[in-house]
Amino acid sequence: MSQAEVTNDQPARAFEPEPRHWVERYADHLYSYAFDRLNHEEQARDLVQETFLAALEKVGQFQGNSSERTWLTAILKYKIIDVYRKRNSGLRTQRIDEEPELEFFEQSNGHWKEAYCPRQMGVEGGDPLVNKELAAILKKCLQKLPALWLSVFTMKHMDDAATETICKELKVTPGNFWVIIHRAKLNLRACIQKSW
Amino acid sequence: MGVIKKIQHDCRHATYLIEKRQHTSLTIKERMQLGIHLWGCSVCRLYQRQSRWINRMLHTLFHSPEDTKGKLSDEFKQELQQKIDDRL
Repeated sequence: MSQAEVTNDQPARAFEPEPRHWVERYADHLYSYAFDRLNHEEQARDLVQETFLAALEKVGQFQGNSSERTWLTAILKYKIIDVYRKRNSGLRTQRIDEEPELEFFEQSNGHWKEAYCPRQMGVEGGDPLVNKELAAILKKCLQKLPALWLSVFTMKHMDDAATETICKELKVTPGNFWVIIHRAKLNLRACIQKSW
Repeated sequence: MGVIKKIQHDCRHATYLIEKRQHTSLTIKERMQLGIHLWGCSVCRLYQRQSRWINRMLHTLFHSPEDTKGKLSDEFKQELQQKIDDRL
């Protein structure tokens, strides 16, 4: 079938899926959504393709009670969580009781270690990210976080996902969840201070 | 070391509570512990300011408009369109 015929479809009823228009309508949005969460071009591209192909197979199940865009994004979201799980499975060897925060605090009393003690950076409280340099530092420091911490962090801050959802999907106990949030932030803050 | 003194010294636990509080409510005991600690610890008060500021930056970063980010190449889109058309 030629392109001309493809684009000359009859106008569809509301919320009826129109796979022929998916690429032009949603590919950039889905790619951007995946890239933000994975920070990996190739994986993001692959997931956009997988999402469309998976959606094609499920097109008969599309209920029409959400928009096409929401439906496709939901499929993509599950695929992103799968990637998180795969990335994290390589980290199982790092046990939660290794206490990496002892890098920052004295074991005996919990005091800040001198080298990691927070210092005024002179930009706190300013308009976030007006400073491009700061935004670049933040991105760079995020990428230094271990995969599991970054997944937890991304789901929490980007999607405002409920703690229970994150724990269930990434197989983290609720107790460990706050430990991870704490460690991730300690590392992120220290990295920003060091780089600023 | 007395209980109060231990709380006053324990920046590790205080920063843990600072993080937890930004996402959920603390128990009464935790709120008291954090209050006592922050009252006397200017370093953790600074940590708290910076931690909130980082959360605001993260929010802005994660919710910035799409047009500032990378796009898919036309070539990739054409291939993708072809794959979809083939399956229809």
